[in-house]
Amino acid sequence: MTAGTGAAEGGTFHERLTALAERRIEMGEVRGVAAADPVNLPMIRHWTDAIGDANPLYTDPEAAEGGVHGEIVAPPAMIQVWSMPGVRRSGRQVSTPVDDVLRMLDENGHTGVVATNCEQTYHRYVRLGERPVPATRFAGLSGPKRTALGEGYFVTWNVTWYAGDEPVATMLFRVLKFRPREREEVPPPKPATINAAPRAPYLLRPATPMDDAARTPDPPKTVTAMDDAAPRAPYPLRPAVNRDTEFFWEGVAKGELRIQKCAGCGELRHPPGPVCPSCRSADRTYVVAGGEGEVYSYVVHHHPPVPGRETPFVVAVVELPEGVRMVGNVTECASSEVGIGMPVRVTYRQMDDELTLPMWIPREA
Amino acid sequence: MVSFSGSTAVAGIGATEFSKQSGRSELQLAAEAVSAALDDAGLTPSDVDGLVTYTQDANDEIAVAREVGIGDLSFFSRVHYGGGAACGTVLHAAMAVATGVAETVVCYRAFNERSGRRFGQPDARIGGEPSSQGLEMSWHVPYGLMTPAAWVAMFAQRYMHAYGVTSEDFGRVAVAMRRHASTNPAAWFYQRPITLEEHQASRWIVEPLHLLDCCQESDGAVALVVTSAERARDLRRSPVLITGAAQGAGAGQMMMTSYYRDDMTGLPEMGVVGGRLWEQSGLGPSDVQTAILYDHFTPFVLTQLEELGFCGRGEARDFVAGGGIEIDGHLPVNPHGGQLGEAYIHGMNGIAEAVRQIRGTSVNQVSGVHNVLVTAGTGVPTSGLILSAE
Repeated sequence: MTAGTGAAEGGTFHERLTALAERRIEMGEVRGVAAADPVNLPMIRHWTDAIGDANPLYTDPEAAEGGVHGEIVAPPAMIQVWSMPGVRRSGRQVSTPVDDVLRMLDENGHTGVVATNCEQTYHRYVRLGERPVPATRFAGLSGPKRTALGEGYFVTWNVTWYAGDEPVATMLFRVLKFRPREREEVPPPKPATINAAPRAPYLLRPATPMDDAARTPDPPKTVTAMDDAAPRAPYPLRPAVNRDTEFFWEGVAKGELRIQKCAGCGELRHPPGPVCPSCRSADRTYVVAGGEGEVYSYVVHHHPPVPGRETPFVVAVVELPEGVRMVGNVTECASSEVGIGMPVRVTYRQMDDELTLPMWIPREA
Repeated sequence: MVSFSGSTAVAGIGATEFSKQSGRSELQLAAEAVSAALDDAGLTPSDVDGLVTYTQDANDEIAVAREVGIGDLSFFSRVHYGGGAACGTVLHAAMAVATGVAETVVCYRAFNERSGRRFGQPDARIGGEPSSQGLEMSWHVPYGLMTPAAWVAMFAQRYMHAYGVTSEDFGRVAVAMRRHASTNPAAWFYQRPITLEEHQASRWIVEPLHLLDCCQESDGAVALVVTSAERARDLRRSPVLITGAAQGAGAGQMMMTSYYRDDMTGLPEMGVVGGRLWEQSGLGPSDVQTAILYDHFTPFVLTQLEELGFCGRGEARDFVAGGGIEIDGHLPVNPHGGQLGEAYIHGMNGIAEAVRQIRGTSVNQVSGVHNVLVTAGTGVPTSGLILSAE
């Protein structure tokens, strides 16, 4: 039990979490432990070397003396470096107002974390010998939000580094703490195996605020999770696949648009099914569609947000010359250019490491 | 052959208030509406021996029976396909009564559709299971086509293309519903009519549908008491006869994505229902003084007018022009304000309004009502009713 979490044991998780967040906001800024070492030249040298910053004002005493600062200063983007607790966290720790909010989320299964925002403002350069002290302020909680990664809460905090009483840098940091999608719940389709380099999303393991800082020793990035991370995360809108439909998804994975064909009477059918409604035959085969079609009807989805998708997007009923219709997205053109009768041809888009979807793009008539 | 037509009746109606946050459980809402309907009929819980609801309702018949104090049940049934179940519950009840399976059946629908699970929100799980419906959804959900508004919009676009229908034609439906709701104190949009300009200016949800083409989301419950016409005559209220009741699904039907049939401009399942209703009742469109047409989204109100024979194919835009479906038009539709104006109780509140119109007790009473046609969810396998005065 951490201080304060006992006050609102009743209510839903959301209510308890919100109540805790409100109390943490009320705490205001909480000072942490000063940098373990004073700002020093060896660390600056390692860091600028790793980053590739050859500016002599950071490392050459003579150049620095003649420069605008008159002495060695640390690169501003190093500010987090000075107060990192270290991998083993052996030094003295002071909990921040964020810690038990993140812990409560972890305990409720929101174990996933993705950093979505990091914005730093530098008030002045930090000089050799100074020992910045980080102070953390809990800034806000929003959610639950349904995201491409899973349902979660955005947690935001501010850190200000002080040299003495003077603020030298401030940072807004925001993470999405999410409940990872359960893979068992939505089995991936069997056939979808495509050769492509897996792309790792900007994911971190469950962490405290200072942990996040510890694992991002490079200059801070601003990552917008929904714009950047979503296409890399497992695509959330997966088809159910069974023995009656797997031939279609196997085809898509190979770049073939397959239409079920009755082996008895030859009738083409989409969506497919196990028994031919015309001749009762359960013997099935397929033909590969030519890949062309015309928009028979379409919609432009604006609202509400759809997991794994950026709005607006176009979904169309496409009529194929083979005599069947298929639903799919029309891409690579503005939604205002889509119209009924528009000629399209199929293409394939890999949605994640496992799923490929057929898509439709404009073609010359 | 046993027939329920004319020999069964709606004897009572009950409802909770319609809100955006009921502040109570769905089971409590169900119990309140069922009790209110029994009070309206002048019956007691011990008179009830049957209960019917939707497959989507979260309140089991036995749970409702426990809360209301209903004793033994000899009939319980569920009707599938979302809001398409609405009139189907009355059909099931009437069949049970007409065959002697039960004497007094209560139909109910209760949900916190706004404060609880909202049907309009995308749910990635709907395509996740290899059930027949999960597989059906799997041809659509991966492409982000996964909300009722989007499913309906796909039909609407083709309908507009085929008949030169415009968004303003859809808007006239919304304006009519909001006009009716504006004088119905039970309606969420009481005293809040809209103009066609406001409809046009409202944001896109899924083109070609604007926000004001989409019905609201509501918390609430409605219940109806069905019994024999003979018994109803001895009860508190004048009986409202069930003259016609039918369910319908069309060839090539899907839950809400029947895009693979030859034509996408009609609602064949509603054609099935309409054909059955006219046949059972011996009535035709001109015998109906007011209609309750399911209005989760405006375009299908036009399609229904055509499918049920109130006008020809492609003529609904002219039918609704100039206030044709408003309270003083040639066919007043949804005098209570419909689901666009009163509340979205999955069509059940529309049946209650039909009962009031027959009784002559509606706040927006149409004069000389003898027969009312009621429909259920559109774009899905559906159902319908014709209710009549004695």
